[in-house]
Amino acid sequence: MSGGITYRKELIVVVLLASSVFAITLHACKQAASEVAMHSPTPDEALSGGDATVFDASVNAFALPVPGLSDQDELIFFVGNSFFNQNWVQSPSSTKARDGLGPHFNAKSCSGCHFKDGRGQPPATVGQLSEGFLIRLSIPGSDAHGAPLPDPIYGGQFQDHAIDAAKAEGSYEIIWEEISGTYPDGQPYTLRKPKIQFFDLQYGPMAENNLISPRVAPQMIGLGLLEAIAEQDILKAADEQDANGDGISGRPNYVWNVIENKKQLGRFGWKANEPTLLQQISGAFNGDIGITTSIFSDQHISAYQQELKALPDGGKPEMPDDDLQKLHLYCATLAVPARRNVEQTAVQKGKLLFEKIGCTSCHLPNAQTGTHPLFAVLNNQTIHPYTDLLLHDMGEGLADGRPDFLATGNEWRTPPLWGIGLFQTVNKHTFYLHDGRARNIEEAILWHGGEAGTVKAAFMQLDAEQRQQLIRFLESL
Amino acid sequence: MNAEAVVEGYATLVYAAYTDALTSAVSMQQAISVFLHNPNDSTQLVAQHAWREARKWYAQTETFRFYDGPIDNGVTGVEGLLNAWPLDEAYVDYVAGASSVGIIQNVATYPEITRNLLVDLNEKGGEENISCGFHAIEFMLWGQDLDSVDAGKRPSTDFIAGNPINDRRRKFLELSTSLLVEHLELVKKAWSPDVHDNYRHSFIAAPADESLQKILTGLGVMAKVELAGERMYTAYDNADQEDEQSCFSDNTSDDLIYNLMGIANVYRGSMHRLAGDTLRVVSLSQLLELQHGPVAETMQQQLQKTYQSFVTMPQPFDRAIIRPDARQSVMESILAVQELGEQFATIATTLGLTINVSPTQ
Repeated sequence: MSGGITYRKELIVVVLLASSVFAITLHACKQAASEVAMHSPTPDEALSGGDATVFDASVNAFALPVPGLSDQDELIFFVGNSFFNQNWVQSPSSTKARDGLGPHFNAKSCSGCHFKDGRGQPPATVGQLSEGFLIRLSIPGSDAHGAPLPDPIYGGQFQDHAIDAAKAEGSYEIIWEEISGTYPDGQPYTLRKPKIQFFDLQYGPMAENNLISPRVAPQMIGLGLLEAIAEQDILKAADEQDANGDGISGRPNYVWNVIENKKQLGRFGWKANEPTLLQQISGAFNGDIGITTSIFSDQHISAYQQELKALPDGGKPEMPDDDLQKLHLYCATLAVPARRNVEQTAVQKGKLLFEKIGCTSCHLPNAQTGTHPLFAVLNNQTIHPYTDLLLHDMGEGLADGRPDFLATGNEWRTPPLWGIGLFQTVNKHTFYLHDGRARNIEEAILWHGGEAGTVKAAFMQLDAEQRQQLIRFLESL
Repeated sequence: MNAEAVVEGYATLVYAAYTDALTSAVSMQQAISVFLHNPNDSTQLVAQHAWREARKWYAQTETFRFYDGPIDNGVTGVEGLLNAWPLDEAYVDYVAGASSVGIIQNVATYPEITRNLLVDLNEKGGEENISCGFHAIEFMLWGQDLDSVDAGKRPSTDFIAGNPINDRRRKFLELSTSLLVEHLELVKKAWSPDVHDNYRHSFIAAPADESLQKILTGLGVMAKVELAGERMYTAYDNADQEDEQSCFSDNTSDDLIYNLMGIANVYRGSMHRLAGDTLRVVSLSQLLELQHGPVAETMQQQLQKTYQSFVTMPQPFDRAIIRPDARQSVMESILAVQELGEQFATIATTLGLTINVSPTQ
């Protein structure tokens, strides 16, 4: 890696700082002091969402609207919140506004997976309602728009729950394989990798060549801000042919916008497979809860499940546009919590290491929002999402082998890192990565491979204290 | 007359309010115990009445939220266990059209109804999955509200002992009630003047401006965010009974009035107690009148105006949000209480403080 020499020099400086004094020359001291000065917190460093930052590190840290909403929009935010939280029920029901669940589903509400607008986790017990975990299905190939081909029987997503009048598609169990490793300094670690085993399949066997990809629900914060970044700004960071020779080739995914009937840059989802927040929300309603909208007006039913079409539904669509718009405002205007502990020395040193070893090649610290098509309160903000929203080959270890539009089976979108230090507070767990396999931040780093392999190796070369500092920095996000 | 005295007066009032909330909850527990001992329509009615009474006193304490105090701090706060809503009925017990759903009916998954089970299942896997607190008890006592005029009509026979499901339902009601008492005891203790090193102690010891800021945040957020936004506009906009807070008992109109009264109590430093007497403490209004007469005058008018609009809102609330002739009145109340919240922010500014009355919790 081209920056290797610089990196080693910085590393020495930090080591000197950490172990401090004794035989350090005056010159070295000066150098060390200037390093710290260079990396002391900048005034806006803690403001991850720019003006759209909120100061709350409690269990509600992800649940707050961006400051500056008009009084009217603030009221609509609450209405959207009520839709986000409400449990849908099966039709027919006495609660007309909330019926239409299923016939198949993974969860009964948005908040079922994004509890307190936060992060989902793999199921702890077989057969439980999803707490933010689902399994995507497809077979090799793609449709006319480039989308993955759904499993002919089970569709694009496995739904292990159903209303009383239908049968669930089946069940699954996660078998965790433990993998041991050792740091260069001798410190051992253990990772775990999920293997999905389906059973009780109610519609016969799945396609033999099927591709499966487990996913957890990401935190909901700052989504409108990400949508407000100008497309050309995202593309500026793309380096498909690795022209700069740093071994990292961010690629944009181009996906299908079903509302406007056109190809568009993908921004949301683990493989950047959704172009807009509205489409993402509508897709989740359809696949996860079994709720139709004007955007996805057909139930998630495959050709082999046609008898389900005869079941009563909750209206056409089940979620009216007017309500969907309010939910959209809610999802787009959830604010980003400010960073904590930015002034702490360990956090500052961790930030320096994060930059020096190259994490920021993909986890870009800074972005600028342009103009959001709907919500002006998100416009023109300097934000710190720590993502480039591009696809990267993350290696065989993390690969799901399931292409999604232009994303290959090895590629994942760099996920935003804002809020990752608050999962424990908000969601009472610290599961990371697309399927929640990492049990803490350290394991998440150790899973990096492919384009990120060199950076991961650099992380492993750090001494234990430095590794801890880098993690402390990530926890401050 | 200074800020320190106002802070101390507030602490005294908070303790009094939680004392009355606890006393009335214990009375409710006794009435529920009588009901469970001999379940019939009249013991059920007495238990329902006791719930409404307990609710009245608890509602007046809700403005003590929103500043990471004992009621809702992220670590030991019990607000979610006391008062989470809206509650998905089907998470707890049978509903119209689904006779075998919910924790009570699901013997296979939950072989025994225990205190810890109800705590563990509260807000598990969805924010409407509520297994304890006022609204779980309310659902036990009233059942689903399927009636366009009246409250829910759960038959008292649901609680006759001997039938295995009924026995589980009895246990659920008994335990959710004792949990409510237990959690109110915790917050009362945190504000007790007789306990050393509790929250009250640090609240009074802190710089007065810090505590004043908390007091004003509680008032402002309760008015603008919780009442105007969460509890009133959402129901108004959805025009859906599911979005009123006490939807089984149709007690929402009273909830709102007593919530507002809780705000007025703090501002004016006075509270009508359960025993019939009136507590008076050094108040924010006195502090303001002394130094900032016009601001105090405006607040007084806004409180009056909001109170008037609340008490003249047609009842029950779940009908008012639907009736074309009543919706305007609901909207006026929403705007009044939203404005009230803004004025607490103005008061903070006047006193050289800053509070955020956007949603902060």
